[in-house]
Amino acid sequence: MHIMEGYLPAAHAAGWFAVSAPFVVAGAIRLKRIVTERPQAKMTLAAAGAFTFVLSALKMPSVTGSCSHPTGTGLGAVVFGPAVMAVLGTIVLLFQALLLAHGGLTTLGANVFSMAIVGPWVSWAVWRVAGKLGASIAVAVFLGAALGDLSTYATTSVQLALAYPDPASGFLGAVLKFGGIYAITQIPLSIAEGLLTVVVMNALSGRAGKADEIRVLSGEVK
Amino acid sequence: MMAINRSWWLIAATVAIVAAPLVLPGLGGDFKGSDDQGTDAILASRPGYQPWFQPLWKPPSDEVESLLFALQAALGAGFLGYMIGRRHSSQRGDVARR
Repeated sequence: MHIMEGYLPAAHAAGWFAVSAPFVVAGAIRLKRIVTERPQAKMTLAAAGAFTFVLSALKMPSVTGSCSHPTGTGLGAVVFGPAVMAVLGTIVLLFQALLLAHGGLTTLGANVFSMAIVGPWVSWAVWRVAGKLGASIAVAVFLGAALGDLSTYATTSVQLALAYPDPASGFLGAVLKFGGIYAITQIPLSIAEGLLTVVVMNALSGRAGKADEIRVLSGEVK
Repeated sequence: MMAINRSWWLIAATVAIVAAPLVLPGLGGDFKGSDDQGTDAILASRPGYQPWFQPLWKPPSDEVESLLFALQAALGAGFLGYMIGRRHSSQRGDVARR
């Protein structure tokens, strides 16, 4: 889902910065409030960041014969709400842009939007809806993390299609073309991310299957 | 106990999903990164496109790049492992104090 340095036209790059910036600012405010209200949540917040750090470094093979990486933003989105992940995801993307030449500074706004904003919000919304429909915590978290991961890659496909519409088939043709590269490859990986998120959440809380699992992690109950 | 068993099954399923493309006949390919394929697709539709900005710093070789990726994963996994251990020992401590 990383759009490489210099590969978005300047107007698009600036536009995605403008769209993403308010989410990152709101996330920073939310982060500060969580840390002030429940200092015990600090370590779990760091763990949510660490999970994104690990998963976005793991490039895994997919059935399409190419490799891609999960995003790891679903865990923190479910536990702390999607807003804080805009900040944690931006830190990860900055690390990769500056030290790995993966992604970029000019494309940071667009990459933050797909990985640190759309992904976490979709994860959180799916998790909420699945829970309301009666899914167990594990199933709801799995669905949230998997679909959040997939939505990040779908977003990248749309972003590239907006910047590079196909000369013949236009925007929609380009969405399908980039979607074939990003989103299809991502399907098995997002399932893997969903499963891993459940495992790590259970291990972090030590309360698998208990009703208060998420609130223990977020520091709302001890 | 049930939850621990479930975790092992989930980990096994994850490994199977990741390993399947490598071992199943009929699947496979050159396993190039999707991010690079995306860049290639841009260049294919806009021949001669020149990125208008270059990374400030690039790892000088694939080895250094893989070092940094491994470092990223190791730092994250190390902290997660520390947190899981801490959580479990503190839960045991709570039980002992009561």
